[in-house]
Amino acid sequence: MYVAVKGGAAAIEASWRLLADQRRGDTTLAVLSVAQIREQLPLAVDRVMSEGSLYDPELAALAIKQASGDLIEAIFLLRAYRTTLPRFGYSLPMDTARMQLSRRVSATFKDVPGGQVLGATYDYTQRLLDFALLAEGDDENAGQEPLASGQGLPVSMPRINALMAREGLMETPQPTSQTEPGDLTRDPLMFPAARPLRLQALARGDEGWLLALGYSTQRGYANSHPFAGEIRRGKVAVEIMADELGFAIDIGDIEVTECQMINQFAGNREHPPQFTQGYGLAFGGAERKSMAMALVDRSLRAGELGELVTSPAQDEEFVLSHADSLEASGFVQHLKLPHYVDFQSELELVRKLRAAHAGEQHARADDGQAIAPAPAIQKAA
Amino acid sequence: MMDDNYNFGFLDERTKKMIRRAMLKAVAIPGYQVPFGSREMPFAYGWGTGGVQVTASVIGRDDVLKVIDQGADDTTNAVNIRRFFARTTGVTTTEKTAQASIIQTRHRIPETALEEGQVIVFQVPMPEPLFRLEPRRRETITMHALAEYGLMNVKLYEDIAQLGAISRTYDYPVLVNERYLTSPSPIPKFDNPKMHMNPALQLFGAGREKRIYAIPPYTAVRSLDFEDHPFEVQRWDHACALCGAADSFLDEMIVDDEGSRLFVCSDSDYCGERRDAGYCGTQQAVHMPVNLLPLPLGEGRGEGREEGPRAEALAPTLSQKEREVIQ
Repeated sequence: MYVAVKGGAAAIEASWRLLADQRRGDTTLAVLSVAQIREQLPLAVDRVMSEGSLYDPELAALAIKQASGDLIEAIFLLRAYRTTLPRFGYSLPMDTARMQLSRRVSATFKDVPGGQVLGATYDYTQRLLDFALLAEGDDENAGQEPLASGQGLPVSMPRINALMAREGLMETPQPTSQTEPGDLTRDPLMFPAARPLRLQALARGDEGWLLALGYSTQRGYANSHPFAGEIRRGKVAVEIMADELGFAIDIGDIEVTECQMINQFAGNREHPPQFTQGYGLAFGGAERKSMAMALVDRSLRAGELGELVTSPAQDEEFVLSHADSLEASGFVQHLKLPHYVDFQSELELVRKLRAAHAGEQHARADDGQAIAPAPAIQKAA
Repeated sequence: MMDDNYNFGFLDERTKKMIRRAMLKAVAIPGYQVPFGSREMPFAYGWGTGGVQVTASVIGRDDVLKVIDQGADDTTNAVNIRRFFARTTGVTTTEKTAQASIIQTRHRIPETALEEGQVIVFQVPMPEPLFRLEPRRRETITMHALAEYGLMNVKLYEDIAQLGAISRTYDYPVLVNERYLTSPSPIPKFDNPKMHMNPALQLFGAGREKRIYAIPPYTAVRSLDFEDHPFEVQRWDHACALCGAADSFLDEMIVDDEGSRLFVCSDSDYCGERRDAGYCGTQQAVHMPVNLLPLPLGEGRGEGREEGPRAEALAPTLSQKEREVIQ
C-alpha cells in the first residue's frame, strides 16, 4: 500500500541514497575508477556500447559504474544520453576488408589468403578458475612486453565471402532501392522492414535474445545450415563525406567484430543452387553477439529467399519487436507500478461472477440436484 | 527550480516539431494511431515515456500541469513525472483538476468534468486495441484501414456466451467518431463515458510502441456493446468512506485480515475538494462477506491462525485520516 502513503517525494529521495550506498559497497575498499572499468572490463564496455548504440568507451564505463554493473541499466543510461546528442550526418559504409585485424578465423577453409589469426579468444582456454587472480594487488603482466596481435598483417585482407562470390558460389544481395537506409532511432520501425533496418534493430538488440533465437535455428526451428564463413575483429576507419569538401575524410577508428555466416540454399527456378549470407556486426569484442546476429539475420531473410516461414526466428515482427532490451525490461518491470484501479475493476467483476455462480448452485440444490464438491477455495471458506 | 542544462521540456525543438506534426495528424483523424519517432527518454519504458513526450511537446511557459497515477497526485510515479517537468520547464504545477491546463494521467480520467481549453494526456502501454486478438501489426493496420472489427465483436460476444458478461473491465474498446476502434488506455470502463463529447482535447502517447493518437474536443466515443447487452459501468454498494461520494471510482484498501475493507475515492483531488466543502462519509470500513473475498487457493482460513496485531501492523501505512476512520 506504499502508494497510499503521502510523501512519495521523500521516499524517492531516500531510495536514491540507498542506491548510492548499494553502488559504493564496503567503504573500506578503494573506489572503482571509470578508467579501471574501461581497461579491465572491456567486454562489458563493448556490450554496453553496442546495445547502447554509442561508441564511447569512457561513457560506457561510467554507465557501468553508475549502474553497479547491471549492463542493461548501463545500456539504458547510455541510450538516454545518446538521444540528446545532435546528429551531424551519416558515415560512409565501412570497408571491413580494410580492417586492422586482431583476430580473423574462417571455419570453411583450412587456409585462406592472409591466413588465420587466432588473436585473443577464450575458445582454447581451460575454464578453470585462476586462483592467482584472487591475490590482492597482483599484476601478472607486470614487466611483460605486451603482445601485439595481428602485427605485420597486410592493411587490406579480402573477405572470404568476396572470394567465393567471384566464383558465383555466393549470392551477393544488393540494395533493392536507391533510397538512403532509414534510421531506426529517428523513425518508428514499420513492418515489413527493409534489411538495413532489420540489421540496425539486431545490432542494438539484446544479446541473450539473439543468442537464444540463433540457437533455435540450429535445432530445427527454421532450416538453416550455417557455417562460420568468417569472423574478424579489429579496427576500421569511419569516414564521412563532409559538405563542401567533396571527398571523404577519416574521423577515427572504431573496433568491431564482424561475422559472415554462409548458409546452404538449394536454389529455385530463377536461381541456381548457391550459398546465402547472414551478417552480424557489433562494437568491440563481441563474437557471441555477432555470430548470433548473423544466424538471425539469415533466418529473417526467409521471405526474400522464398522459404516457408515456420519458426519464431523467421518471423520478423516477432523477432524485432522483442529484441530491444530496454523496451522488454521496461514493460516487464512496469508491472510493479501501481495497478490498483485496474485490479479493482477486475475484483468487482470476479465478485459479481462469483455471486452469480453461487446463486446458480443454490438454485440447483433447490432443484434437488447433487452439487459436486467445490474446489479448495470453497472448502477453505 | 528549473534546470538550465536542458532545453525547455527536455526534448530538442526539432523532436518537438516532429511530435507536434504527429499530434496534428492524430487530431485530424480521431482515433487513428500515428507512428512517430519516439525518443529514448530518461524514464523506463512503461513508466509513461509516451505521455511525457506528448506533454513535453505541448507544454508552454504559461501552462499549469497536473500529473496523476491511479487518480492520485501523490503516487510515486506521478510525483516523479511532475518533478521532471518542474525541473525541465519550471511551469506551475497543481493538484487541482480545475486549475490545470494540462493533465497527464495514467489509468484514470479525473472525476471533475474537464473544460474547453484543457488538455488531458494519457500514458498508453498498448495502443493497439486488437493486440490480444491479433498481435501482428501488419495485420491490424489492414483491419483498421478496412474498419474490419468483427474479431472484437466476436470476442465480446464469446465473453457473454461463456461468462454472461463482457470480461473487459479496463482498457475497454471504444469506437471513436464512429470510425476507428481505439484503446482508451487502461482506464477503468467506469471512465469510458467521460471520453464521449468531452470538451477537452484528449491526447494519447505510447512511447515504447511509438504511436500517438487523439480524440479532439466534442468527438463521439462509443464503448462497444450489443443491443441486448448494453454497456454498463462499475457500481459500488458503498460510498466513499471519507467524503461520501456515491458517484466516484472507489479504491479498496484491506485494513485487517478479518475481511474489513475501506472504500475511498481513487481521485484524491475530487475527494479532498468534497471534504473541504463539508461532505462527509461514514468514516467506516466495510465488512465484506467472506465468500466474496478473493481467497488464496488452498489456503485455509481460521485454522491455527493466531490472533495477533496484524491489523495494527497494517495501519501505520495508512494516512492519519484513514487511521482515524478505522479506529
